[in-house]
Amino acid sequence: MRIATRTAAITVLLLLGGVIIALIQGSIPAFREFGWGFLTAEHWNPATEKFGALAPIYGTLVTSFIAMLIGIPVSLGIAIFITELCPRSLKRPISTAIELLAGIPSIIYGIWGLFVLAPFLQAYVQPFLIALFAPVPVLSSLFSGPPYGIGIFTAGIILSIMVLPYITSVTRDVFETVPPVLKESAYGLGCTTWEVVRKVVLPYTQTGVIGGVMLGLGRALGETMAVTFVIGNAHRISASLLAPGTTISAAIANEFTEADGDLYTSSLIALGLLLFVITFIVLAGARLLLLRLQKRAGT
Amino acid sequence: MNDQPIAGVGFNTVKPRPYLGITTPETSKPPLAERISVSDVNFYYGDYLALKHVTMPIYDKKVTALIGPSGCGKSTLLRIFNRMYDLYPKQRAEGTIKFDGGNVLDPKQDLNLLRARIGMVFQKPTPFPMSIYDNIAFGIRLYERLPKSELDDRVESSLKRAALWDEVKGKLNQSGLGLSGGQQQRLCIARTIAVRPEVILLDEPTSALDPIATAKVEELIYQLKSDYTIVIVTHNMQQAARVADFTAFMYLGELIEFGETAQIFTKPRQSKTEDYITGRFG
Repeated sequence: MRIATRTAAITVLLLLGGVIIALIQGSIPAFREFGWGFLTAEHWNPATEKFGALAPIYGTLVTSFIAMLIGIPVSLGIAIFITELCPRSLKRPISTAIELLAGIPSIIYGIWGLFVLAPFLQAYVQPFLIALFAPVPVLSSLFSGPPYGIGIFTAGIILSIMVLPYITSVTRDVFETVPPVLKESAYGLGCTTWEVVRKVVLPYTQTGVIGGVMLGLGRALGETMAVTFVIGNAHRISASLLAPGTTISAAIANEFTEADGDLYTSSLIALGLLLFVITFIVLAGARLLLLRLQKRAGT
Repeated sequence: MNDQPIAGVGFNTVKPRPYLGITTPETSKPPLAERISVSDVNFYYGDYLALKHVTMPIYDKKVTALIGPSGCGKSTLLRIFNRMYDLYPKQRAEGTIKFDGGNVLDPKQDLNLLRARIGMVFQKPTPFPMSIYDNIAFGIRLYERLPKSELDDRVESSLKRAALWDEVKGKLNQSGLGLSGGQQQRLCIARTIAVRPEVILLDEPTSALDPIATAKVEELIYQLKSDYTIVIVTHNMQQAARVADFTAFMYLGELIEFGETAQIFTKPRQSKTEDYITGRFG
């Protein structure tokens, strides 16, 4: 029994190590050719075999950031509604709907995003945003240019919808672990529901909430199919969020079949390694944050 | 069954016996101020009637104990005073509870204000997941925006009032969860009195504590009654006898008998009360 379980555990480590080694080995040619310039160069030209990863890195981080910006508040709102405010009869339907949302394959988000969401954003939302932020100094350049429909902004919105069920279901579950009597104590001091949520429920569950957010962020960073459909796949960094861009995973998925030449393939593998590193840094950051929070709570 | 004892509630111990049955509550009113007047209160959990026509006074700056076997409705009654049941759908109360000229059960009652004036301490200690200081300051900050020094004073005086200051003064920034059970319960009492309530409801406050911690909390209750009106639910009859001025015995959702604690425990008028306090059931 012990040997069997230990073997299983060691297999995981070996697999992880194998993946890392394969990624590093595959990306060596690209790094040898471009050095650190691979990380800082924006151009990506298969014809001249000049590759730089800055645009996909930028796209990955910005789309995930938009996804979190929209996804976290909405998810927490839903979880709070389900656990604190919702009448019992609505609780199950909403929870089930959220779980179904998690079960939709990403390709379906992709075609929905391309054929339904993007045209809608192009026709109604983006022109409105452009007009709204035109007089505001920084925001005007973030929301400028022609409304293409597809682009970084649209990808971020699709991602926010995709991470929503993950963050919601984790936060709902941890909110339900708050002892009723703890909430009653807060209500007993005269707290409103909002004060109870903000000052008792969230601090009590912060570890779990951060865990849920990280699960969502991990999903957003790595999501490939849906993003590839709606991001426009342009290797460039524009000031405007409405412009097309690309992400690491979208670039890999899009170009792997046409990658002829070792340097092109190696550059794509190097992108994969970068995604791995970014995800690792994010997870490590979350760990550190949790440690600091626990220290402060004194538990 | 419950009409007869209630008519004479608490008065026969003051008035001499021969007047029994002739006197009306108005003429024989003892020199006590009623802080809260419960009259004809019914309470429902869904369709289940958990309290039946309960009528009783809560006297100002006295300790009133609610005793009775499990499921008799004593905690239910306590949770009506601050409308805690409002958090749960399908629970509702009928009747009137007069408090300071208003009716607690009035649907238009401002619940946050009510709960600030009628504080509550629970069975299990419930410190919030924050520092000792913030646990106390929490309630104050809900209502008042005080400068740091004044807030410090309020926290200190609340902790002193709850007889906890000496034990925690060096570690106010540590988590309230790190305290012992008894300390946590006194922290919860300090948190409640920091908001400066007029009435404190205690729901079996010592049921999770060891005898020494229990004794400290009882001592604290005794000291607090000079400033606060206290209602305590307890399943421990000795505790009621030790801390309460008045005791109400409840059974199956009805108030069987209410009177001065000494009278309830030495000369109960109802046979049910006598059976319970002598340990024949419950």
